[in-house]
Amino acid sequence: MELVRRIGLGLAAPALAFVIAAVLSTVLLVSTGADAGKFWDTMLTAPEDRNLVNIINGAAVLYLSGIAAAIGFRMGLFNIGVEGQYRIGSFAAAVVAGEAWLPGKANTLLAILAAMAAGALWAGIAGLLRVTRGVSEVIATIMLNAVAGLLVGYLVKKVGVSTGVSTNTKPIPEDGWVGGFQIFSGVTAEVRGLALLAPIAGIAFYILVNRTTFGFNLRATGQNQSAAVASGVDVKRMVVISMLLSGLVAGLIGMPTLFGDAHNYGSSFQIGLGFTGIAVALLGRNNPVGIAFAALIFAFLDDRSGLLNILAGISPEIIAVTQGLIVLAVVIAYEIVRRYRVNLEQAAVARQIVESTHEEARA
Amino acid sequence: MASADAATATATATEAVRVEGITKRFPGVVANRDISFAVRAGTIHALVGENGAGKSTLMKILYGVQKPDEGTIEINGEPVSLHSPADAIVRGVGMVFQHFQLADNLTVLENVVLGAERLHGIGAAAHAEIKRISDTYGFGLDPDELVETLGVGERQRVEIVKVLYRGARIIILDEPTAVLVPQEVDALFANLRGLKKQGHTLIFISHKLDEVRAIADEITVIRRGTTVETVLPSEVTSRQLAELMVGSELPSPSTQESTVTDQVRLQLAGVEARDPFDRVLLSDIDLTVHAGEVLGIAGVEGNGQTELVEVITGMLALSAGTIRLGEHDLTRMPTRRRRELGVGVIPEDRQRYGLLLDSPLWENRILGFQTRPPAVNGVWISRGGARADTARIIEQYDVRTPGVDTRARALSGGNQQKFIVGREMAGEPQLLIAAHPTRGVDVGAQAAIWDHIRAARRDGLAVLLISADLDELIGLSDSIKVLLRGRVVGDFDPQSVTPEQLGSAMTGAGRD
Repeated sequence: MELVRRIGLGLAAPALAFVIAAVLSTVLLVSTGADAGKFWDTMLTAPEDRNLVNIINGAAVLYLSGIAAAIGFRMGLFNIGVEGQYRIGSFAAAVVAGEAWLPGKANTLLAILAAMAAGALWAGIAGLLRVTRGVSEVIATIMLNAVAGLLVGYLVKKVGVSTGVSTNTKPIPEDGWVGGFQIFSGVTAEVRGLALLAPIAGIAFYILVNRTTFGFNLRATGQNQSAAVASGVDVKRMVVISMLLSGLVAGLIGMPTLFGDAHNYGSSFQIGLGFTGIAVALLGRNNPVGIAFAALIFAFLDDRSGLLNILAGISPEIIAVTQGLIVLAVVIAYEIVRRYRVNLEQAAVARQIVESTHEEARA
Repeated sequence: MASADAATATATATEAVRVEGITKRFPGVVANRDISFAVRAGTIHALVGENGAGKSTLMKILYGVQKPDEGTIEINGEPVSLHSPADAIVRGVGMVFQHFQLADNLTVLENVVLGAERLHGIGAAAHAEIKRISDTYGFGLDPDELVETLGVGERQRVEIVKVLYRGARIIILDEPTAVLVPQEVDALFANLRGLKKQGHTLIFISHKLDEVRAIADEITVIRRGTTVETVLPSEVTSRQLAELMVGSELPSPSTQESTVTDQVRLQLAGVEARDPFDRVLLSDIDLTVHAGEVLGIAGVEGNGQTELVEVITGMLALSAGTIRLGEHDLTRMPTRRRRELGVGVIPEDRQRYGLLLDSPLWENRILGFQTRPPAVNGVWISRGGARADTARIIEQYDVRTPGVDTRARALSGGNQQKFIVGREMAGEPQLLIAAHPTRGVDVGAQAAIWDHIRAARRDGLAVLLISADLDELIGLSDSIKVLLRGRVVGDFDPQSVTPEQLGSAMTGAGRD
C-alpha cells in the first residue's frame, strides 16, 4: 500500500507536467496560427525503427550531458559549463585519436581518457576559482564556455588540416573507429558503439551518489551546507572533486559521435548538447533513471521536429519551445507534488502522536 | 474542566474575549480541540502550555491569521469572524510577536507608522502620538532614535507601541520574556501593569510559570491542544501549574550526587577567535571540563556562545590559544577528525546544523558519522546498519515517528531533538556539547533530554551545556561560567547562585 502510494506520487509529477506542457504547447500552436491537429498527429505517431535508432543515439549523448550536469546539481553546484567542457574534451580526444600514438583501439581508449581529463580540467578551473577566490561557479563556467568555444576554434585552425571547405582535426584512422550495432533487422541505421558509455555512466552515477559516503557527503552538501560542514564535510574539497567529476563525464559527451560518425573535430561538430543537458537533468530530477526518460523524451522531440517541418509545415523551433515548456511545467509540478507529500507525511506523524496520546490518556 | 466553566460563567458583561469550542485541524501539528476560555476586560490573562500544545495556533486564530474549523470567538460580547490581522486590529486586538518585526535601519517613528500611515500621517502628528503613548506608559522611547541602537527590552516596547498606536485595547503577547534577562522582565512587567491600569486587556502567553504567576490575574492551561483548566495564580504553586501542563508528575532538571572526576576531558587555554573583519569574537577563554562533569555556559545570546561551540567543533579557526580533548590536540584538527575522536554536538539550530530535513531519518543517522560504523562500511553506506541503528534510536529515545523512512521535516521539534540526542550519543562520545538542548521542545521531550544528559554525565562524559534557560543551567550543571562579549566574566556554583545573580553577570551589571 505504502509502496503503491509512493510510486503513484512519483509518477504523478511527470504526468501532471506533461498535461501542463501539452496544454501550453497547444495554446501556443493555435495562437501562432499553426495546425495543432497535424502537430498532435505527428507527435503521437509511433516512430519507425530507423527513427528509433536516431532517438537512441540522440538520447545517449543527452544522457551523458544530463548526468554531467546532475553531478553538480546534486551538491548545489550549477555547472553551466558542460557545453565548454565537452567541446574541450571532444577536441582533445580528436587530436589524440588523429595522431594515432598507440595502435588501434588502445589509442581510442587513450583518446577517451584524454577527453575525460580535458573536460575535468576545464571544469576544475571553475571549481578552484570558487574555493580559492569565491567566484560563483555559474559565472565562471559561463565565461569558460565562451573561452572554450574560441580556444577550440583557434586550436583547430592551428593544428587542423584543411579539406578545402573547412578545417578539421586530423581524421581518425579507421582502426580507431568504434562501429555501431544494428538493433532492428532490415534497417541500416546503427546504434553507435560508444552510446554504451551512457548506461555505464548512469550506473556509476547511481552507485557513487546513493551508495558511497562520498555521494552522501555530496547530497548532504547540496541539501544543507551548514549541516554538512557541521558533520565534518570539507566543502571546498567536495566542490573541487564534484566539478572535476562533472567535467569528466562532460568530456564523454562527444565520444559516440566522434568515434562512430564524425571521425574528426571541426566546425560541423554537433554543439549545444551541454545546454540541453541542463534541461534534461532538471526534467529527470537529477535521478539516473529520471534522466534516462528525460533524455529519451528530448531525443524523441528532436527527432519529431524534422518531421513536423515536412508533414505539418510547423517550424522546428516550436519543438525547442515545447522542450522549454516541459521543463517549466516539471518544475511547477514537482513542487506541487512535493508539498502534497510533505503534508501527507506530517499527517501520518500527527496521527501517530494523537494515537499515542490517547493511549497515554487511557493508561 | 469544571473550574474553567465556573470561571467563564462569572462576569459575562465585562468579558473582552470569549472563546468557545474552538477546533482547528491541520496536518503535522497537534490541533486545537474544543478550546474554551474567557478573558475579563482590564485584566492580564495568561495562557500556559508546553511547546506544541497549541498556544501559537490559538493565538493565530485570535489574531485572524488562521480560521478555526469550529467554534466561536466573541470580542467585547460581540461574535466576530476574523479573516485577517487587519480585521483583528479593527476590533482592537493587537499582537506582539516573540520575534520582533522591526527594521533596524529605521527610526522608532518609522517602524511604528509603517503600514499605519493613514492614522496620524508620518510627520509631527505621528511623532506627538508616539511620544504621548511612550510617556503615558513610561516607555521612555525617543521616536527619532534608530532601532539598531536599541536594546532588546526597548525593542519590545517599540513593538508594544506599534499595537497601541493602531488602537489596540486587547494585546496578545507571545512569549514576551523569552528574549529578556531577569531585570528586563521586571521592567516589562511594570509596563504591563501600567497598561492594565489604563484599562487594556492583556493576553500573556508563556511557559515560564513563575513569571506567569507573578503577572497574571488568571491563568488558563492548555495541554495537547485543549484547555485543561483556568486557575487563579494565588491558588496554585508553579509545580501544580506545571503538572497541569504536563498532565503527570513533573520532571525537574536537578542532578543528583556529583560524578565529577579529576580526569580532564576538554581543555581550552587562552582561546581567541576573530571574524573576517578582525573583530574579536572570543578572547582569553580558559575552561576545563572533566569526565562526568556538566559545565554550564550562561550568557545573553550573541555574547560568544555560538562561537565557543564553533571553535570546539572546528568550524571556526582560532587566532590564539589551544584546545585539547584528553591527550589529543584539537587546535588545528578538521571537524571530521574531532567528531571521530568523540565530540558530539546537539546544535542550537537543529534544523540548520543537525538535520537533512528532506532526507529520511536513517540517512540523517549517517550525518556526522560518515566515517564510522554501523552507518557506513568503508567507503560504502551501510543501509542495513544505518536503518537498524536508527530503529534503535527511535526505540530508546522515544522518537515519535511512523518509521525510519519518514523524512526529518515531518517530525515535531521535540522529536527531531530526541533523534539528534540519540544520534550524538551513539559511537561512544567523549564530549557532548549541548547548545540550548531543550529550546522549542515540549515538556515531555525536555524531561527526556535532561534525563539523557544526566545519564551521559553519569557514564563519564564531559558535557558542555549552553542554555538561555537559567533554571536548566542551574539544575543540570556542576559549575557555571558566564560569557559576556566573548569573555568569561564569572564563575558560579549552581548550588548557591540565583537566577538574578546570573542575570546581573550576563548583562555586566555591577561591573565596570
